[in-house]
Amino acid sequence: MKKEVSVEVHNLTATYGGRPVLWDIDFSLPAGQIIGIIGPNGSGKTTLLKAIMGILEPSSGYVKVFDKPLDEVRERVAYVPQRESVDWDFPASVFDVVMMGRYRKSNLLKRTNKADVEIVEKSIEKVGLTEFKNRQISQLSGGQQQRVFIARALAQKADIYLMDEPFVGVDAATESSILSILQEMRKEGKTVLIIHHDLQTVSEYFDYLVLLNTRLVAKGTLQEVLTKENLSNAYGGQLTLLAKVVDIIKKTEFPIREKDVDL
Amino acid sequence: MNTFLDFISFRDPNVIYVVLGMLFVNTSSALIGTFAFLRKRALIGDAIAHSLLPGLCLGFLVAGEKNLIFLLIGAFVTGWLSTFAVDIIVNRTKVKQDAAIGIVLSTFFALGIVLLTYIQQNAGGEQAGLDHFLFGQAAAINRSDVWVFGVIVVLIIAVVGIFYRSFVVVCFNPDFARSVGLPVRTIEFLITSMTVLAIASGIQALGVILMSALIITPGAAARLWSHRLPRILLLAVIFSVVSGIGGAYVSYAKAGMPTGPWVVMFLSIIVFLSIMLAPNRGIVSRISRARRNERKILQENILKAYYQYHEKKQTKKLDQLLTIDQILSIRNFDTSDLMKGIKKLKREGFMLQEGTTYALTTPGQKESKRVARLHRLWEQYLLKRTQIDTDHVHSGAEAIEHIITPELEKELEKELGIEGIPDEDY
Amino acid sequence: MKIINEMNDLFIILTASLVAINASVLGVFLVLRKMSMMGDAISHSVLPGIVVAYYFSGDRTSPLLLLGATITGVLTAVLIDWLSSKAKIQNDASIGITYTLLFALGMIMISGWFSGNVDIDLDCVLYGDIALINLDKVIVDENLYLGPSAFLIELSATVIVLLFVFFGFRGFKLLAFNEDFGLSLGMNMNRWHFVMMGLVSLVTVVSFEVVGAVLVVGFLIIPAATAHLLTNKLIPMIFWACGLGVIAVIIGFYLAVWLNVSYTGAMVTVSGLLFFTVVLVVVLRKKRLSGEYLH
Ligand SMILES: Nc1ncnc2c1ncn2[C@@H]1O[C@H](COP(=O)(O)OP(=O)(O)OP(=O)(O)O)[C@@H](O)[C@H]1O
Ligand SMILES: [Mg+2]
Repeated sequence: MKKEVSVEVHNLTATYGGRPVLWDIDFSLPAGQIIGIIGPNGSGKTTLLKAIMGILEPSSGYVKVFDKPLDEVRERVAYVPQRESVDWDFPASVFDVVMMGRYRKSNLLKRTNKADVEIVEKSIEKVGLTEFKNRQISQLSGGQQQRVFIARALAQKADIYLMDEPFVGVDAATESSILSILQEMRKEGKTVLIIHHDLQTVSEYFDYLVLLNTRLVAKGTLQEVLTKENLSNAYGGQLTLLAKVVDIIKKTEFPIREKDVDL
Repeated sequence: MNTFLDFISFRDPNVIYVVLGMLFVNTSSALIGTFAFLRKRALIGDAIAHSLLPGLCLGFLVAGEKNLIFLLIGAFVTGWLSTFAVDIIVNRTKVKQDAAIGIVLSTFFALGIVLLTYIQQNAGGEQAGLDHFLFGQAAAINRSDVWVFGVIVVLIIAVVGIFYRSFVVVCFNPDFARSVGLPVRTIEFLITSMTVLAIASGIQALGVILMSALIITPGAAARLWSHRLPRILLLAVIFSVVSGIGGAYVSYAKAGMPTGPWVVMFLSIIVFLSIMLAPNRGIVSRISRARRNERKILQENILKAYYQYHEKKQTKKLDQLLTIDQILSIRNFDTSDLMKGIKKLKREGFMLQEGTTYALTTPGQKESKRVARLHRLWEQYLLKRTQIDTDHVHSGAEAIEHIITPELEKELEKELGIEGIPDEDY
Repeated sequence: MKIINEMNDLFIILTASLVAINASVLGVFLVLRKMSMMGDAISHSVLPGIVVAYYFSGDRTSPLLLLGATITGVLTAVLIDWLSSKAKIQNDASIGITYTLLFALGMIMISGWFSGNVDIDLDCVLYGDIALINLDKVIVDENLYLGPSAFLIELSATVIVLLFVFFGFRGFKLLAFNEDFGLSLGMNMNRWHFVMMGLVSLVTVVSFEVVGAVLVVGFLIIPAATAHLLTNKLIPMIFWACGLGVIAVIIGFYLAVWLNVSYTGAMVTVSGLLFFTVVLVVVLRKKRLSGEYLH
């Protein structure tokens, strides 16, 4: 049997003000695995997740999830943003935030129902925050805030989870508890896509890797990706030429994809 | 036309006062406002302007008459208090800057309105004109006002001149300023004081509401034209003064027209013209750049199509005559685009025409090889450094050959280890 | 005579309280979205819309006026977005440029182009003339007095605002807390943004006559920010904001009567004083707490 494809990214290019941040990214990812996205700061990892989620309009290319356009399978995909992307002074409790995971386009105008409450409480329990359920989110530690976001994703009951740096600012105990949640999810056949920074733990956590630096540097199994050459290409400043070309593109406002390419 | 001559000949002493007043006020506010704009604190100016009102009223209550010095002192005090209040709120509570500005602005202004209505009820005729500060009354600028504005503008120019370097460092990189031991707090105090002074001198002409236009708009417009601070400051002053005098003229020429709002209109027109016309950042220049890029891409693609044709035929010389259809069979150009491109290439001496067929000239052949070569180099680079499927390599390199400069070409060769290999053999 | 006076006072307080409620409910979301100054910009920018609509309808209470001005408000939001995203001018500067331009345009219309045809008093542009609302009464069947028209208009706005916030609560909450997450659920957050800007415009327009263009910002932002300091929950924050707004209205009213000064000015001043009192308490308490840690 052919392995199921979870996410397929096709020739994706994304720009900020004319500067390509992701350039011709093209890959498909297996389902049912824990997949790491790695790359140096500013290499476009967050942008990639946003483009996959349709939060950001790519300048060219497209994304398919379970072989369908994203809009048809939205409810099967959950997104965990970077923790710093929200203002934690927002007046909401842990429960309120996790409940957002139950929001759907279809129930946006409705009130909460009982089934939702149950799912939310289960998700909070899974990440071990039950005793903080009614605590205001600004009164949580960084690691607890991270777990609130994970609980919200769990409450979405999705099949694919895209997480932006869930291990940042988290102590070792929380890290391993998050990890065991992820492994449990994998057992249930879910796919988890994680942006990760710590190269030390990469081989411990992931089944499959995507190595990024504006362009796709490498992807595949751990052995395939974690070669000296790949790593030095991505991290070792071997892509200075690429960076220079990116600067020129930005300065001259050159279109990086031409209209009539069909050779 | 006659009114115009009357205006510029300064026959009317009031015109002199208004024009001089505008010149001084707008120069001060543009200079100091540009710094506020660059520090991303544009709206603090808004809060200050509104906060001057209670100070003016208090100054009036203390002096018992409309004495400009007392008014200015009162305004200076409350203006200062307002920035202080904003800082306290932002630093000590979870209320963010935007809300802090809104709160301070409306509270001080409301207090000003309370005092103003109190004065109107309780003082006699001598309070007349205090409400000019709400909407501004440039026509009421008189001789002594001009003197005060003159002193302020000289002071501000002097302070900016003397502390120019420190201002720049504090605006762009306060952490660095602190690390090299600059007295950041003192300098910020100075900037704030000058801002309050500039705003205080302006509200008689513009009023508390429109005053923030004098602070924000000139700097924002000037910023579009240059990256260099001295030039930005100069342009901001010019924009502001021109608008000020324009506003004065409109209200002089047409009875009933208010000066302040027209000054703002002229400033806004300048901003929108700058957005359209500024070099590099302007919309017009961006459109024309896009056009130029498109033309370049088209021409180079035509040249490259010749290379590809010959490559298929495995001839080394690129001298075949091709029909339009033959070119189109290589690459799917839009026909009218193709004709335009060929015409241009002919004019530039890269192509020649024989009947209905076209061929490359010798320089054209050279250029064609160069483009093809750049394409190859980039393909090689992508294959070496990134993961890319062989069937994607070609399209991935498609756009890049057009922007690789000779220096980059050298670097590419170096990185690929094929330095010094001549075009022909590659 | 006395009864009539008391009736009038009552309606002034009721109308201003409705302004406070409308503004505070929306203000909570503006404050949480860090878009307070957008409210300021919109409230100034509706002026030309009001003048033009008034010029054509010749009537202060016509629906055309509401519509025209509300559209101007939404256009303001669009223009600010355009200046910062397309023309690449800093967001705060875009706000300043836009609202001064539109306000200046409105002033030129009032005192220049349409002068004589439009009877809008510039002073009440700034702080409204709530004292005069009782001149324009709505009486049905010759004798059933429903209240001043300003009160009734404000009441309808309250109904609209509360309906939108009640049914759109989840959408507004997502917009304020985590817009990206809303987008990841496939929601059109832009639409929610413009619904909110439309509501803010509506509220500033209907409140324009009562409290003016500048002071409405005080009604929008101050109670909401004070409430943010007092509670950690969203729904209580909304109630706190409304309550604080109404309290400021009542105290401000009697203060203004006593001192014989502007009603609206006094209301916003009181609101501001309440805010600064709370700030003082917060700051002192923090000091005490950190002092305890030290010992
Ligand atoms: N809103 C934005 N406007 C302009 N440029 C942006 C924006 N967001 C990101 N960028 C730029 O795009 C590039 C990629 O950003 P991205 O956030 O995707 O990187 P990242 O790989 O997630 O980095 P990090 O490891 O620091 O989180 C960076 O150079 C960044 O400066
Ligand atoms: Mg990131």
